[in-house]
Amino acid sequence: MSQISGGQPSRADYCVIGVAECFRGDGEIMANPIGTTPAIGGRLAREMFEPDLVMTDGEALLVANALPISGDPVDKVVEAWNPYRKMFDVVWSGRRHVMMGASQLDPYGNQNFAYIGEWGKPKAQLLGMRGAPGNTIQNTTSYWIPNHSVKVFVPKVDVVSGVGYDRGSAVSEWVREHQELRYVVTNLGILDFGGPDHRMRLVSVHPGVSVDEVVAATGFDLVIDSDVPFTRDPTPTELTLIEFLDPDGMRFGEVPNQ
Amino acid sequence: MVDKRITEEDVVSELRDGMTIGIGGWGSRRKPMSIVRAIANSDLKDLTLVSYGGPDVGILCATGKVKHVVYAFVSLDSIALEPHFRTARQQGKVTTLELDEGLFLLGLQAAAWRVPFLPTRVGLGSDVVERQPEIRLVTSPYDDGEEFVAAPALNLDVAIVHMHRGDARGNGQYLNVDPYMDDLMVQAAPKAFMSVEKVLDSDELKSNGAPQTQLLSRLWTHGVVEAPFGAHFTECVPDYPRDEAFQREYTAGAKDADAWAGWKAKYLDCGDHAEYRKVVGL
Repeated sequence: MSQISGGQPSRADYCVIGVAECFRGDGEIMANPIGTTPAIGGRLAREMFEPDLVMTDGEALLVANALPISGDPVDKVVEAWNPYRKMFDVVWSGRRHVMMGASQLDPYGNQNFAYIGEWGKPKAQLLGMRGAPGNTIQNTTSYWIPNHSVKVFVPKVDVVSGVGYDRGSAVSEWVREHQELRYVVTNLGILDFGGPDHRMRLVSVHPGVSVDEVVAATGFDLVIDSDVPFTRDPTPTELTLIEFLDPDGMRFGEVPNQ
Repeated sequence: MVDKRITEEDVVSELRDGMTIGIGGWGSRRKPMSIVRAIANSDLKDLTLVSYGGPDVGILCATGKVKHVVYAFVSLDSIALEPHFRTARQQGKVTTLELDEGLFLLGLQAAAWRVPFLPTRVGLGSDVVERQPEIRLVTSPYDDGEEFVAAPALNLDVAIVHMHRGDARGNGQYLNVDPYMDDLMVQAAPKAFMSVEKVLDSDELKSNGAPQTQLLSRLWTHGVVEAPFGAHFTECVPDYPRDEAFQREYTAGAKDADAWAGWKAKYLDCGDHAEYRKVVGL
């Protein structure tokens, strides 16, 4: 189900590339991209330029081969057993880069997907804390936001599940030395925390998106350099690989064609 | 030699109002659902649940058995949010202790080792610590002097888990790829009950698969309930996958009071596990 028209990469393809780029340079650590577009992007990164990444099958096995995210099951080349309990060994060792989602994200990277509303009085119960508190101070964390909007990018999150740089740096010297929030990939562009005091900064916009559009969809002031580049194009090999990894076009469910 | 075989109703008779009950499995996977339904059909109330939560938490919230939930998530996996738990939370029917998944693991481990806490950095800077004074900090007594979270022991009154195979003496075997935290769960409780898909003769169990699948020694278990399809509708591979159609029906049954009354009448009021199997067609 290719939705590439006239050979042009779709917005979703740029998002996949944005995710893949998060893992560049990671070497032999566990890449743990959670969600549809993250899974495609993470697996693409390993196939294209980070061959030593260790990745799960989404459950309790570490697999060496690239698994499509849907369709007929492919034989898994199992490298190791990694049940939930052992995942915490990996997280707390620091040898992991996780990509999570967020219902709310603030300028310093504080993340909420626990619930919306006042503390103890959820208006909308969401996921709960899951592994976010531990992840965000003990291993590298990036975020995937398929719906860049002022509802998600807020000045202050209702509940802090994932720890941002401001709160992390207030905790201890150890956290200041070890915390790394790397990138935020959205349907509009890529951001990092390279602004003053680790404030969120716009790194690139996907082709077809203007800087003004990103500004309008963000509920706080972003750090924006004078020249904001476009997210890089996928190569023809990468586009073929994306089709292999996502044969049913599930990425378009997260990021529809414009 | 002790024969630990009992029924779901026997398990319920061991429980009391206000108890803290740990439930094994993870999300909508290998949950001891036949025992959960027996609790739902009992007069028990004011329970505290400690669970990597799924429909176990949802059903017990919907039937008014629960006062407090210790959790890191409550999910149906293929359906991200547990609908009955959401309703209970949003209507203020249950209070919670919000934990990180790893803090939860350390809490069970602390209880199992009979220490009041285990030190960790998990939770620092997050609202797990900042908004919950019951989660306290501890300073390292060594030269580093660093401040840690003291992950509190999650001391259970009773643990309930579901295994694939077991014997009458209370040994339990899992056959899927992930043991979850079931062994820690039973070790964190002075009393543990286990349902199994099938009770095997002890000699047969010993030779059934690799030794490391024999997860639970009889040392830890006090009762064995033979319950074929006992984890339905949650996943119990390799015996059976999650019943996704049934799970969708369960979720639809949380839409409003009428939908819930219909679901409850059909699948809870029907009676014991044998009756449930007939109604579902298992």
